[in-house]
Amino acid sequence: MKALNFLFLISLIGFTLSGCGERKTLVDIGTEAQILHIGNGTEPAEIDPHTTTGMPEYHLQMALFEGLVSKHPETLEIIPAVAERWTISDDGLVYTFFIRPTAKWSNGDALVAEDFVLSWQRALSAALGNQYANMLYSIKNAEAFHLGKITDFKQVGVIALDRLTLQVTLENPTPYFLQILDHHSAFPVHLPTLLKHGRMDEAATRWTRPENFVGNGPFVIKEWTPGKVFSVQRNQYYWDAATVRLNEIHFYPIDQSLVEERMFKAGQLHKTETLPSSKIERYRQNNSPEYRSNLYFGTYYYAFNVTRKPLDDVRIRKALAYSIDREAITKHITRGGQLPTYALTPPDTLGYTPRAKMIYDIDLARKLLAEAGYPDGKGFPKLELVYNTSQDHQKIAVAIQQMWKKALNIDVSLQNQEWKVFLSNQQLLNFQIGRRGWIGDYIDPFTFLELFVTNGGNNNTGWGNSRYDELMRLSTSAKTREERYEYFHEAEQILVDDAPILPIYNYTTNYLLSQDVKGYFPNTMDYHPYKYMYLESSKKGNN
Amino acid sequence: MLRFIIQRCLQAIPVLLLVATVTFFMIRMAPGGPFDNERAVPPEVLKHLNERYHLDDPLWKQYADYMVNLLQGDFGPSFKYPTHTVNDLIAAGFPATAELSLYAILFALVVGLTAGVFASLRSNTMQDYIPMSAAMIGICMPTFVLGPILLLVFGIWLGWLPVAGWGQIPGDKILPSVTLGFAYAAYIARISRGGMLDVLSQDYIRTAKAKGLSTARIVFVHALRGGITPVISFLGPAIAGLLAGSFVVESIFQIPGLGRFYVMAAFNRDYTLILGLTIFFAFLIVLFNLLADIVLVWLNPKVRQDLGGK
Repeated sequence: MKALNFLFLISLIGFTLSGCGERKTLVDIGTEAQILHIGNGTEPAEIDPHTTTGMPEYHLQMALFEGLVSKHPETLEIIPAVAERWTISDDGLVYTFFIRPTAKWSNGDALVAEDFVLSWQRALSAALGNQYANMLYSIKNAEAFHLGKITDFKQVGVIALDRLTLQVTLENPTPYFLQILDHHSAFPVHLPTLLKHGRMDEAATRWTRPENFVGNGPFVIKEWTPGKVFSVQRNQYYWDAATVRLNEIHFYPIDQSLVEERMFKAGQLHKTETLPSSKIERYRQNNSPEYRSNLYFGTYYYAFNVTRKPLDDVRIRKALAYSIDREAITKHITRGGQLPTYALTPPDTLGYTPRAKMIYDIDLARKLLAEAGYPDGKGFPKLELVYNTSQDHQKIAVAIQQMWKKALNIDVSLQNQEWKVFLSNQQLLNFQIGRRGWIGDYIDPFTFLELFVTNGGNNNTGWGNSRYDELMRLSTSAKTREERYEYFHEAEQILVDDAPILPIYNYTTNYLLSQDVKGYFPNTMDYHPYKYMYLESSKKGNN
Repeated sequence: MLRFIIQRCLQAIPVLLLVATVTFFMIRMAPGGPFDNERAVPPEVLKHLNERYHLDDPLWKQYADYMVNLLQGDFGPSFKYPTHTVNDLIAAGFPATAELSLYAILFALVVGLTAGVFASLRSNTMQDYIPMSAAMIGICMPTFVLGPILLLVFGIWLGWLPVAGWGQIPGDKILPSVTLGFAYAAYIARISRGGMLDVLSQDYIRTAKAKGLSTARIVFVHALRGGITPVISFLGPAIAGLLAGSFVVESIFQIPGLGRFYVMAAFNRDYTLILGLTIFFAFLIVLFNLLADIVLVWLNPKVRQDLGGK
């Protein structure tokens, strides 16, 4: 009785609310008013471009700031932004940027070359604690300044030649330097606003609050309510305001992908940040036009701790790496269009596709294991594979565990660890086999290959190779792209031969996108500038 | 009565200090720190970050500093959300959590009391068994099961109510309040039924019946006051439990309350935020237990007398 009454009551309330005709959803209303509603992962930690590290923050920064250059939304080609043009010296060391005279801050102040000099000085000041300061290390003396070896910023290779001309001198010719200028650590900040709320090199002051904020991007902050919404509205002073068609963007911090998917279905979001892997199959089968899957510039792999037995033996590492059926993993387990991979760097990275490849050869794997002293897996010591707690990682680990059992007749135990526990153990080399993933910061093989220089901050395998380190060094001073790529090919071959890692697949992004959203282009960097997006109802006969 | 209240308040102080101390050291023992990231933080940067948050001080000094600030009501800045202080975040999140809990408890009271009283009047008939069995299911059904079911039916299939948000779309507060209140409604139904049955078997009720009073008069004027006493003593911890335990519902319905921050703070090793919220929730639990006790004393002349006699 009670339950029935209760259901009836709720139904009544719902019915009253729903009205008689079809209720317009938030998405319908948003589309009419050019207000984009999107899921944005977790609550943004901060929006200061010189202190943040995450993707949710970067999405906001893309709306609020703009660098000297930007990327084409579809081809990812470098295009002018704050700088209307630039020249590069023949030796590739000196870049001269000509700032467009119409560039302004969101309070109407003119944006000048000196703004970049001061902003980069801030980004590189040690006291700020910028975790991405090393993105600017290709600039002459930037590293020395950041590490406190020099204190005079005039010695760093950034200078304003005049009001609108900025000259940047590099340590080495860096082919991906222009791409870095579109990274948040190279975005300019409005110093007068910062100084109103604290020191120049002080982090976490109140200058990023909606009421104080001044930026130079296509949008400015409208509202920031933690846990609820971060919304932005058009910046009338943006130099290219005529291109911007959205009036507002509402970013929702939604930690749970299931919640996000439900909100999308109920017409509360134009776009989700991600799609739970358990739902992918259904959207795929239904051929849903809203389901999107794009290759993403990242690699999912396992790392071997080469300082521990038995993984100090390259034959064992190879045996483990050669006995994995990656096709089966992407086809039957991940099922999100991921690409099986046999090397670290994703294929076709600015024309670079690794020549070196791991092989899938169970017979050879067995032979290698026997050579290492464990014929048919007999007497093989205990081995443990750890991953951070997640169903997706678990499914892959279970599959690989079975593949190893079947191919090599060895038992590997699985352990999941809470994220921070996992990170701490990986950094302390307190593991045998660990799950890893890496997403490139810029489109260049270097962003992947530099991971494994000896004692690199993100190496965490205990592995090192002097020739590999040398190749990385040589690549920074190579004269031509061909020469550079040859160094990369050789390094990649060393990684494959020495097998400190076991590459599994290249990532894809899986998400839902309303058909109302136009001016949105899939690309491998998951790079979607809002300035080009607009909304147009896809419903026929919509009133 | 006043002495009783003061006594209870004084007892609360060491409890809260103990909670703060134990939490402080427990979170420091957990592996991983607030700045651990998938991308390793360069050591020179980490040094500056540790300096800024005084994490390079000896632990006892950090503890002493924290306690001194705490006594002044300052929970410090959040590690993960550095432009917000913990006080800011509590101020931002508490209204939603409190509002959600309030609606949930109102829903629980209205539905639970109605069902409980109704069942007690027809005890051991089908009209008793059915709502009480439903209540048993309600108690057993966790919010993370009930929430998605309600969402699926009313949000997705019927499209009557929004599936997420808080105060953004009309009607978005209904499903979360019902989800959170449901189990409590079930408890209240069972407790009030028991309480009412006790009272209804008392002599004075029999007298009232013999006098020929209407059932409504007997229930509302004579029986209810005694019958709901167990409900009142349940309400104190229940409200505290609702406030502290709303994080599941907050996550399912995307509500900007404290519960979601609490869970994220633990994952992020946001030391100050975990501590601040733990102490804040501990304070609420102590407070609502005290309030429930006061109401109980006020409702029950026997206890009032006992206290007065001391």
